[in-house]
Amino acid sequence: MTRAADRAKARPPWALIPLAVLAAAFLVVPFLALLQRTPWTGLGDLIGRPVVVDALRLSLLSSLAATGAALVLGIPLAWLLARQRFPGRSVVRAMVLLPMVLPPVVGGAALLFAFGRRGLLGEPVYDQTGLLLPFSTAGVIVANTFVAMPFLIITVEAGLRSMDRRYEDAAATLGASAWTVFRRITVPMVAPSIVAGAVLCWARALGEFGATVTFAGNLQGRTQTMPLAVFLALESGDRQAAIALSLLLIVVSLAVMVPMRDRWLGV
Amino acid sequence: MKLRLALILATAALLAGCSDTGGGTGSATPTGADSAGATPASGKITVFAAASLTDAFQQLGDQFEAAHPGAKVEFNFAASSALREQIIGGAPADVFASANESNMTQVVDAGLATGPAPFVTNVLQIAVPPDNPGQVAGLSDFAKPDLLIGLCAEEVPCGEFGRESLAKAGVTPSIDTNEPDVRSLITKVENGDLDAGIVYHTDVLAASDAVKGIDIPDDQNVVATYPIAALSGSGQADLASQFVEYVRSPDGQQVLESFGFRPA
Repeated sequence: MTRAADRAKARPPWALIPLAVLAAAFLVVPFLALLQRTPWTGLGDLIGRPVVVDALRLSLLSSLAATGAALVLGIPLAWLLARQRFPGRSVVRAMVLLPMVLPPVVGGAALLFAFGRRGLLGEPVYDQTGLLLPFSTAGVIVANTFVAMPFLIITVEAGLRSMDRRYEDAAATLGASAWTVFRRITVPMVAPSIVAGAVLCWARALGEFGATVTFAGNLQGRTQTMPLAVFLALESGDRQAAIALSLLLIVVSLAVMVPMRDRWLGV
Repeated sequence: MKLRLALILATAALLAGCSDTGGGTGSATPTGADSAGATPASGKITVFAAASLTDAFQQLGDQFEAAHPGAKVEFNFAASSALREQIIGGAPADVFASANESNMTQVVDAGLATGPAPFVTNVLQIAVPPDNPGQVAGLSDFAKPDLLIGLCAEEVPCGEFGRESLAKAGVTPSIDTNEPDVRSLITKVENGDLDAGIVYHTDVLAASDAVKGIDIPDDQNVVATYPIAALSGSGQADLASQFVEYVRSPDGQQVLESFGFRPA
């Protein structure tokens, strides 16, 4: 019998059970309420509307692209924060996590001040090339990445800090270059953290609303993601459509998260 | 995480879930006499008012409190459509002032208000950044694909009216964004992120120097009529109807006109 199986049979600390059940109920009951209000008849019609199909396509595209960008840029930054000592490191760490605590609308406004047509960087770029991020799909991806990347950084950094570094030392002693150690030892060892961080990042990007609408605007097929479509359906008083769209978003999230959790994070 | 979505879902669940918690939060002080206007009413009322009324109603509220010692007026400003959802969902409101008639009609149809009365009108104007980078002169410029054009989303009144106005002018707009409310539209014009947007005349006045307003000719313009009503579920029916009367009185109208609204 494995040690894990032994552990599973051991007596749990019973005091935790009621609180755990309460926590699960608190998180799940609102979704049950949503299901109860779902207009099951006509659900197909609501979900098949072109506006919904466009929004779902754009949501998947932009959240996946944002996750890709976060992986490419976020892993190096997480490594830098976890492994390199440099002056002001704690300040840098606090700054890069700021999008997590900032209200997303404020983040969107800040993005406009940076990359908008009259923005710090946006103005010279626009004057030279005519390129503009706001009101484009690229702008949606930028807003999603801005808000979601910190979730990947914080998760991967925690993984790097808690991993056993003796394997890296051993590989280096045996003559592996720094890059080989990173690629062959470090990344595989923190892979569960990278996957968990990527899933968190993707989920945050999928639900992103405030920064997207503020920075990229709202136009069907170009910048209107699912959360924006849900919000406008609610504004127009079409509560049934809003619920149907929310349900679709939940199903898509679960379809990704459930297998991921079992494979990488579960026992 | 996913806070905004969670909020929307929670709101949806809330709206759907508690439809019978009507009545005001105000202490239900019974007013002894029947003669409404003359009684020195006291207590607190909550007024749900369209976002475009924010500045004008805050001043009206102060004046009403000064004229009615013991009375307290609190406001909840938001898009009329959001207010309608809150009221139908059972939010404790005493008065509803909407930026269009359809939202009021839905509240009346739900049996939550009777006898809404128009109290002001508002017309549309084109808002451009102060230096007018797109050299916008009229609605016909909204068809130019190289300009950055914003409207309110068609789900909210200013978007509905804006589209009506463009249709009257025979213009098919080349839209870059449909903003969820008039505030976020005018902010993007102020920042110079958009070349032009259609907003209310009163929004341009409120933004003073931050945007420039371009008039839309009367035959292409749309007049938005704002209705107001005391809500049937109010625990402060007397005070609520006194507030409605005050808004419609010459004093109230004068305040509203100073903010750019026109008489109904």
